[in-house]
Amino acid sequence: MTQNAIIEIEGVSKAFGAVTALNGVDATIREGEFFSLLGPSGCGKTTLLRLIAGFDEPTDGTVVIAGQSMAGIPANKRPTNMVFQSYAIFPHLSVADNVGYGLKRKQMSREEINRAVTDALAMVDLAGYGNRAAHELSGGQRQRVALARALVMKPKVVLLDEPLSALDKKLREQMQVELRQLQQQIGITFILVTHDQEEALIMSDRIAVLFEGEIAQLDTPEVLYRRPVSKRVASFIGVMNFLPATITAKAKGALAVDIPSLGKVSLAAGHAPEGLDPASVSTIGVRPEMLTILFDDAEKAECETTGEVTATSYCGDMTYYSVLLPKADEAVTISMRNTAGRSIVPAGTKVRVGWGVESVVLFD
Amino acid sequence: MILSRESRQGLTLISPPFLYAILMLAAPMVMVVTFSFWTQNYLDLDRTPTFANYREAWTGEIFRVLMLRSLMISFFVTTVTVLLAFPIAYFLSFHVKRQKALWLFLITIPFWTSYLLRIFLWKVILGYNGVLNSALMGLGLIDEPLDFILYNVPAVIITLAHAWAPFAILPIFVALERIDRSLLEAAEDLGDGPVRRFLRVTLPLAMPGVLASTLIVFIPTVGDFVTPRLVGGPDGVMIANLIQVYFSKANNAPLATALAVSSMLIVASISLVIFLIGRKIGGRTQ
Repeated sequence: MTQNAIIEIEGVSKAFGAVTALNGVDATIREGEFFSLLGPSGCGKTTLLRLIAGFDEPTDGTVVIAGQSMAGIPANKRPTNMVFQSYAIFPHLSVADNVGYGLKRKQMSREEINRAVTDALAMVDLAGYGNRAAHELSGGQRQRVALARALVMKPKVVLLDEPLSALDKKLREQMQVELRQLQQQIGITFILVTHDQEEALIMSDRIAVLFEGEIAQLDTPEVLYRRPVSKRVASFIGVMNFLPATITAKAKGALAVDIPSLGKVSLAAGHAPEGLDPASVSTIGVRPEMLTILFDDAEKAECETTGEVTATSYCGDMTYYSVLLPKADEAVTISMRNTAGRSIVPAGTKVRVGWGVESVVLFD
Repeated sequence: MILSRESRQGLTLISPPFLYAILMLAAPMVMVVTFSFWTQNYLDLDRTPTFANYREAWTGEIFRVLMLRSLMISFFVTTVTVLLAFPIAYFLSFHVKRQKALWLFLITIPFWTSYLLRIFLWKVILGYNGVLNSALMGLGLIDEPLDFILYNVPAVIITLAHAWAPFAILPIFVALERIDRSLLEAAEDLGDGPVRRFLRVTLPLAMPGVLASTLIVFIPTVGDFVTPRLVGGPDGVMIANLIQVYFSKANNAPLATALAVSSMLIVASISLVIFLIGRKIGGRTQ
């Protein structure tokens, strides 16, 4: 992956009447990366995608694609192609005519168009489907045709507006992997809009999390998951247990944190998110899989505390325990892998809980 | 025959309208067709089956001239109506964001007065001392009233096109409403400007509505007789006027019915051709 910027979003705002959909968004999307816009519905992610595609003009700010400002340039003249949420397959055209739709405008001969269409269909595993009518396709096939139709244009950026949301779970998971592989293979920048955090984590190189028209955090999936900058981001991506905490001392290069439920620990100063004032820390977060129930007396952890199991839910490969820690009002969730020989403890059991300093995330 | 509860219920539901339809539509049709094979002998009917009426109708010049004129007028009316209806339907579907229902309601306003009254109003507009002539003279564009704007074929076309406009607007409007707006964005995204997008996506997808409008306007206007009678003058006489004359003044119902059946077959075959063309064009959208 190269580091050159392909899209620069500079202070972009968009208002629809009195409603602000986007508020001063800045982001740089790199050439060849799989970039996701993630957020709950109404957060402005689709609006941002449509501003990039050219279906809407920003109220303020500019979108720069490949070094050229897109202000006033309509969608049909932009080097982007979109895969629509509804797929928008032309119902009056065959599969091949759908895929070749955009090529008819380019100066290409019949044979060149046919070859490009055949190649594009092969790329999405639909070789030989060219003569099918649009209505003969299944949901997954329509999705592939929409993708082929965008890819055949050889755009600088492919925009995907929740392309997998209409598919059933199995097919969706399969398409996530296929899309990711295809993107890496052809090396075109993909921008995906999704509300599904798991999908974003699986597919993306980087993710921008949007809340109420603003980017809350823009990072790689791993950093987003391990080091969310706010409680809201933390609970939007995966599950996070929150516990009250205070910073008791700030020595050079280290923070002493008092977490009543877990104990007193010392964290490296670099552990706090950028821009977070250590004095304002009031909460810490820890992921369910970062807490461990120590079933065996011989098991040891970096830090330990005790708790009482209040509920268990068995999910096949995992068991989720609700454990009430000392001095806590609410139970935390602990996920344990059901390895061979590991028993499930019932509610009411007193357990030892192990955890590690590195897994603690600080919040204001 | 034992029927399930559901089919019995279905039959009970459709029986009254079905009987009504047979009585009101099929029975007169059978009578018309039967009559066309009989002969009128002054006051009584000769019921020996004969093709004489059809022979007379198809060899006589008057039927050919009036039939062709009716088809020609109807063709113009249909073309004008559909061409004018399309932009209105397009505007309604794509540019009216709020209160679509109110706009649709406004389109039905012409129906608030009787058809006959509307034709008389066109006489008032197009007449020798009518609104149009007065206006043109008032503006000093002409010195004396134009006498070629009423009692001729164009007057029939204008009147019919106005009368049938709402019938043409609604099917096109429905077809346009059904177009998924993301298809238009997809066309734009793939490089089409507004004109090409219209020709490549909007128009093909609106074709079922356009064809429905074409048939809805074409079929009844061929047989219209009130409008040509009132605004057509001698040159604007259509096939239905001839049929009416044979029924009443000429007292020759068998010949009249033979003419009616003949024109019905012609209109039916033309409609079938239009329908089949439409199926071929719009077939893939279904």
